[in-house]
Order: sequence, then structure tokens, then C-alpha cells
Amino acid sequence: MILLRLAIKNLIGAGIRSWLNAFVISLALVASIWNQSLLLGTDEQSTRASTEAEYGNGQYWQESYDPLDPLSLDNGHSLLPAPLERLVGEGRATPILVTQATIYPQGRMRSVLLKGIDPAQKVLSIPSAGLAAEGEELPALIGGRMAKASGLREGDTVMVRWREAGGAFNALEARIVRVMSTSIQSIDMNQLWVPLDRLQTMTRLEGQASLVVLGRDVAAVGPQAGWSFKDLGFLLKDIRELVETKNVGRIVMFTILMLLGMLAVFDTQVLSIFRRRKEMGMLMALGFTRGQVIRLFTLEGALHGILAVVVGAIYGIPLMIYFYRHGYVLPSGTEGFGFSIGETIYPVLSVGLVLSVTLLVLVVTTIVSFLPTRRIAKLKPTDALRGRFS
Amino acid sequence: MDNSYLIKTENLSKVYPMGRTQIKALNQVSLSFKRGEFAGLVGPSGSGKTTLLNIIGSLDVPSQGSAQVMGLKVEKLTHREAAGLRNRHIGFIFQTFNLLPVYTAYENIEFPLLLLRMPSIERRKAVREALEWLGLADRAKSKPAQLSGGESQRVAIARAVVKRPAILLADEPTANLDAENSHHILQTMVALNKELGTTFLFATHDEKVINYLRRKIVLVDGKVARDEILLPGPEGGRP
Repeated sequence: MILLRLAIKNLIGAGIRSWLNAFVISLALVASIWNQSLLLGTDEQSTRASTEAEYGNGQYWQESYDPLDPLSLDNGHSLLPAPLERLVGEGRATPILVTQATIYPQGRMRSVLLKGIDPAQKVLSIPSAGLAAEGEELPALIGGRMAKASGLREGDTVMVRWREAGGAFNALEARIVRVMSTSIQSIDMNQLWVPLDRLQTMTRLEGQASLVVLGRDVAAVGPQAGWSFKDLGFLLKDIRELVETKNVGRIVMFTILMLLGMLAVFDTQVLSIFRRRKEMGMLMALGFTRGQVIRLFTLEGALHGILAVVVGAIYGIPLMIYFYRHGYVLPSGTEGFGFSIGETIYPVLSVGLVLSVTLLVLVVTTIVSFLPTRRIAKLKPTDALRGRFS
Repeated sequence: MDNSYLIKTENLSKVYPMGRTQIKALNQVSLSFKRGEFAGLVGPSGSGKTTLLNIIGSLDVPSQGSAQVMGLKVEKLTHREAAGLRNRHIGFIFQTFNLLPVYTAYENIEFPLLLLRMPSIERRKAVREALEWLGLADRAKSKPAQLSGGESQRVAIARAVVKRPAILLADEPTANLDAENSHHILQTMVALNKELGTTFLFATHDEKVINYLRRKIVLVDGKVARDEILLPGPEGGRP
């Protein structure tokens, strides 16, 4: 208790130096929590958005279908197995047919994917109801990025050219019935969403689909011949890997900030031990053991960490509350740092996150505070009283 | 060794390595001090006064011979035991006061009692008494930076005596004080010596201090040149 009392007095007595050290450490602490909460928020938002608008609770892929291999699209479709057909009939799953096409917006040629989806589906949060429009023209839904890239707007028409199942080319005028705002690039860029039945007719693939998306609470119906089930672990793998990559950047930033903070603490400790040798000698004369002197100086250094937590809380808590409520608006021109997220990220904070980062800061500060004090272990009281080191 | 002595040294030598040579700071010093003595080690710089004081205070160990303090052989004490001896039985007064700068006068005086884990009621009483003895009651809340040299030394004395040590070692206690403050401090020490029976041992070459001593041990080149009993004047010191 006496050590703590003296350490606190010394820390306060050091004045602005203590506060500056604490502030630098608090920056590392708050920045790390902030970064991590932003990443967690990104992960959560991205996962939620992707599952709601694209992955559902998992997908059945026709065995030849591979979204990353354009050549697989020609054969990547077939009739649905009965269990999947049943789920679709109950509105608990929705089939999607994917085929390649070319559009000619404003006289330019652009390769796109035509994605057929049931306008009445409720499985994915895509505004597919707009595709229910009747008429000669093919109703098409595009995303904001696609609209921007192609110069297409709602009400515009565009020529679509595709290849039928037999290999013959065909063309049709499509009308953009809606430009949807979505954060998910993979349902947006270079894609035209059209009514499933129209696309099946156009491609002469009646009743066929490339994939079937399960509703959010729908469990997989087991292995189906000619189809393979892709769970969320598989579908979200890229997102998770991207988050991990960003996490490495976060750790690097945290390490740099911590190094700055620890350098300040180390410097203060070295200086303090050098300047206060007579005080150490006096403490030993009063009955302190060397161990107690080491503990005192280590405690003083470690208290910087505790002070940093207090300082960090003073400005960090209001900051976090603000962003928790209002979110962090991404700078214009940012495409979500490669994530499927909106323009605003809402940080996700957890007690575990705050406690673990705080604990880490305290432990590192204590270790760094202890290192210079090892010199005291060899200090003779008589040398200390004379202001020398043994 | 005879245990009736509070401090006893026998053939005490201390050698310091200095490059390839060795400096003999103390050479075969044999001295003894009884409870309640008011004695001083006198001699020029480098005569071994502070070295002897440090060994008696268990801050240092002899190279040869023996130093017995409160029945304990200093050369055989571990660091922890030596710290315990200092904590319980020895008070130190330094030339440069060595007060804790972040503590008030009250807290500086209280500090040794905290180390002794004295209960708070007794502690407060002891600190108040020490402040009264040293005439510091109105400076209790002042920090060292706000105190004059004389006041700082009085706080240092209060800190040394508050735990009622058997031995009080003072190394050039008046070196940084003017004549008036020096006399005031020394008179206080004489009074404490009489009242508490504390053994005072000084290391000094200050005539003002020497005038108050009842025993003067002259050290020259690490050896005891003279050991004299002196008669004090009516107020402790001699005119």
C-alpha cells in the first residue's frame, strides 16, 4: 500500500510528463479499440448484408456452376431436385439462373451476367418485385455501381444479346425498371437481374437454375445428386480473409502506437532512475529493500498505463458512443475498402474487446516499466546516496 | 563481543578498489558506543568518517573485521536483514536532507512509520509529537520545495527520530545550514538525546557540531587518532 501511495504521489508529482506519457499510451489504446470495433462492425455488416442479399442461409450450386469460371456457365444449370423444388414452392428458397450476355449501353459493348430471379421471391433482400412488369421489353434490375459504370438510369432501354442453349445468338431490348442501392458488389457490377421465367424461356432452359439460395432459417436438405451445398463458412470465406488482412494492418498500427507510448514510458523510467538515485539511497536508508525500490519504480511506470486507461476513457467513451449511434461515414470515393458494406460503418464494441486491449496495454506498460529497473538490483545504498550507480 | 555496547567495531577495515590499486578507507578501527552517547567522528575529508557511519548504518559492509550493531553482525546480514535493521533501529540524517519531494513535511515524517506498519492512531500521534519537538507544527502541509534549509533539516531529523530509533547517524547535518539554524538543530538533537536516550553519532568536520559533542573520535587516514570524552556546556554545547 505504501508503495502504491508513493508511486501515485510520484506520478502526479511528475506533472505534465506523466500526462503526456499517459496520453500517448491512451492513443494506442483508443485507436486499437476503435480499429478493432470498426473491423468487427465491418465484418458483421458485411456478413449480414451478404447473407441477406446474396447468400441466404447457404446455397446449392449445380455441380458444373462456378461463379469464378465463365466457361462453367454454359453447362452450369439443370432442373432442380425434388427437395429443392419443394423448398422453392414453399417460398423458403429461391432459384437463380446465371448466363452470360452482352449489353450495348450508349453504343458501347459491355459483358454482363444475366441473373434470372423470381420476382415474387422473399428469400433475398433484392427488390425483385419490380421485375414483375409485363411487356415486350425485358424488365431488368441493376445496382448503383453498374448504373454508374454503364451510364444507365431507371427507364432507360438497352440492347441485350445472349446465346441460347443451342448456341444461337439472340437479342432483346431490356428496360431498366429499377436501380437498386446495394453495398454488395457481387450482385451489382456487370449484372442484370431479370425475371427467372423470362430468362429460362430466352435460354430455352425451362425449369432450370444454376443455384438455389436457401432462406435465412432454412436448413440444408442434405446432399442432392448433381448439386453441391455451399454453407456460409464457404461463401463468407473471402470476407473473413479480407477482415483478417485488415486485422494485420490494425495490429501493425497498434504496434507502432504502442511502441511510441512504450518508448515514452521507457525513456521516462530510465531518466527517472538516473535522476532519482539519491532518493533510492534514502529509501534504502529508511529500510526499503532493493526489491521494494524496484517494485516502486515498476509500479510508477505501470501506473502510466492505468492513467492512460483513465485518459483514454475520458475522450474514448464519448467518441465511441457517438460513432456507435451515428456510425462512421466512409469518405467519398471509398468502395468500402473492398468490403460489401454501406457508406456508413457502425462499430461493434464488446466488453471482451475493451478488456483484452486494456489488459494488453497494462501488461506491456508494466513490462517496459520493469526493464530499466533491473539496474537497481545491483545498486549499493552508499553509491545511491552519493548519486552514483554501482 | 560485549553486548552491553549498542555499537561495537573490532579491527574494522574497508578497502575500495580504485582501478588497479586499492584505497584503504578504514584501517583496523576498533570502537564501541553505549546507549545514549552523543559522539562524533571528526576528521578531514577522506579520513573514513562517512564510510564508518555507513557500515554502522548497515548501508555498507566491512572488508575485514567486524561491526556489531544492536547485537547483529553487519557483515553477516542479508540485504533484507540489513534493511530491517535500518528500518527498526537506525535513523539517518543527511547533509542534503534527502526528503521525498512529492510528500509534505507530515508525510515525510510519517513515512518510516508506514514502513514499520504502525497503526494509524499511533502513527498520527507520533508524527504530531515529532512535529511539535522540531517546531514544525505549522509547516506540516508544506512540501520540501516550500521549506527553508533549516526547516528541511528539521523535517529530516523528525523523520529520523519519529520511530524512536536506538541509533541516529548524522552525516554532516549542518553543512548546508547557516550558524543560527545549525545551533538550533544541534540544540534540538541534544534535547532529543536527553529525552529519548537515542545514541547520536555524527560524521563531521564542522566546529559548530564538534562544540556540542560529548565524545570526539578523530579519524586520520582511516585510523582512530584520538578518542576523547568532552564536557558539554550548560545548553548542551560549549561556549
